[in-house]
Amino acid sequence: MNFVLLLAGLLISYSTMALPPLSFSQVVPGIYLHTSAHHWPDRDNHGEIANIGFIVGEQCVAVIDSGGSPQQGLALRNTIRQVTAKPVCYVINTHVHPDHIYGNIAFKEPGVQFVGHHKLARAMATRGDHYLGRAAELLDIQVNQDNIIPPDIQVSDSMTLNLGNRELVLTAHPSAHTDNDLSVYDKATDTIWLADLLFLEHIPVIDGSIKGWLAEMGRLEKNHYKLVVPGHGHLVKDWPASMQPQKAYLTDLAAEVRAMIKQGKTLEQAVNTVGLPAKKNWQLFEQFHRKNVTIAFAELEWED
Amino acid sequence: MHKPYSVIYLLALMILPSVAAAEGDDITWNTVLKSQFFAGKNIEESNAVIELDAPYRAEDPAIVPVKVSSKFSQSKDKYIKKIWLFVDKNPFPFVGEFEFFPESGKADLALRVRVNTYSDIRAVAETNDGKLSMTKKFVKASGGCSAPIGADLDEAMKRLGKVKFRLDDGIQSGQPALTQLMISHPNLTGMQMDQMTRFIRKSHFIDQLKVTFNGKPVLNAKIDIAISADPNFRFYFVPDKAGELKAEFTDVSCESPTSRNVCSKGGSYSQSYTVSP
Repeated sequence: MNFVLLLAGLLISYSTMALPPLSFSQVVPGIYLHTSAHHWPDRDNHGEIANIGFIVGEQCVAVIDSGGSPQQGLALRNTIRQVTAKPVCYVINTHVHPDHIYGNIAFKEPGVQFVGHHKLARAMATRGDHYLGRAAELLDIQVNQDNIIPPDIQVSDSMTLNLGNRELVLTAHPSAHTDNDLSVYDKATDTIWLADLLFLEHIPVIDGSIKGWLAEMGRLEKNHYKLVVPGHGHLVKDWPASMQPQKAYLTDLAAEVRAMIKQGKTLEQAVNTVGLPAKKNWQLFEQFHRKNVTIAFAELEWED
Repeated sequence: MHKPYSVIYLLALMILPSVAAAEGDDITWNTVLKSQFFAGKNIEESNAVIELDAPYRAEDPAIVPVKVSSKFSQSKDKYIKKIWLFVDKNPFPFVGEFEFFPESGKADLALRVRVNTYSDIRAVAETNDGKLSMTKKFVKASGGCSAPIGADLDEAMKRLGKVKFRLDDGIQSGQPALTQLMISHPNLTGMQMDQMTRFIRKSHFIDQLKVTFNGKPVLNAKIDIAISADPNFRFYFVPDKAGELKAEFTDVSCESPTSRNVCSKGGSYSQSYTVSP
């Protein structure tokens, strides 16, 4: 594999603040990936905790997730300028979570189109104020409404973008990790960027539908991909083997929650008991597991 | 002598903000809520009438389970008439006003609320002698990618108005029986940015709820957007004989998330459930 390490932030940025270097590797020709370690978003990491990257075509560049802070967005932009003289034509947001969209503003200029799931704009509208309101306190970053950029291009089902002899097939998924998950498939290299539809090492986080996510995993599992890019975790070369821990976690969670609902147990009881042995398998378990139980319970109690 | 002082000073500077963040404050209560809801009234802070249960860390700020437990059973002579709930630091702190009756059996109430940030949750109870008592719990709403909205609004919308009652097996005639009332409704907060108002701009939530058993009142509630999507309540009633447990509710749509001046009435819904103890 062609492995290139690039340091962004060496160029003079528009910001007066020094940019931290951002490491990227070219995982396959034309696909550049920054892989983040697993952290709870906080004032030290400023929410820069997701995998982000870009794909270079013959004509232009598509950014896939712009970063967790405006600064990380700038660092990503600088990296792209070091790699290629081709302009950015698309910024694809895989979903609404702040660690994937707060770098958008670094790319806001004529000629750049923002792309997202057809429910992304609504999710930005309903959640944006809340995210923005807590960003200074929780992430120590300065953001305002300008940092929430709704998509110019909305994907309802599937759509192909051409970067110049390089086609990206975008798929808008039914509710899974969130209700606005978008994946990006690069035909040239048989690589799919699943973003937060796939978690490795970092506990999967449900913010959409556990049933929907399991169903979507069942569909994706049947496909062959040479490379798969998760939103959190390392690059996957053995699809679908690397997805199995996530599938097992969510399958078990759904089964246990269903059993408790059937027994007439309450949400509070489920949160205190369901799935705790899985802790050994996942990073950030304490931060997300009980939220997962909560959201799964609230969904599954409406099943029958 | 300088050094120890400056060290202490520095320590104090480091510790003070965290102390402030670890506990709630009464600012919203003292400056807004008390005068708005209880002007001129005396309220005793006490756990003698009701107790409040809420998780210190709200794992999902959209769904925070809260429980009010009464310290005595409802009787004709002594009963809890009303319980108010507030989340101090929410954009619209009023959660609900819940009216109970001697026939309710026990004035316990469990529900799920939205908590936007670090805040006290506050419950005020009025007993039939007119006395008010208050208890509170500090809750830290988790940050991260969570938002106090609801994960799948379309699913809740599809089921809009669907109602489920859940009762324990083996309920006994004349004894307070715990029941769970589940209502499918997105309970939209309407909290969003102007630039995106082409989407759900208005709040849309259940505002009135009435539960009766064989026509006699069990629970009356006036509620608001702090109630989680798919409102869920657990409370008691006394099935003295076989009969019909009935929930009736209405929803409303308001122009502003935080003002109730301009609202338009929505639908009326009703669902019954046959109980045979």
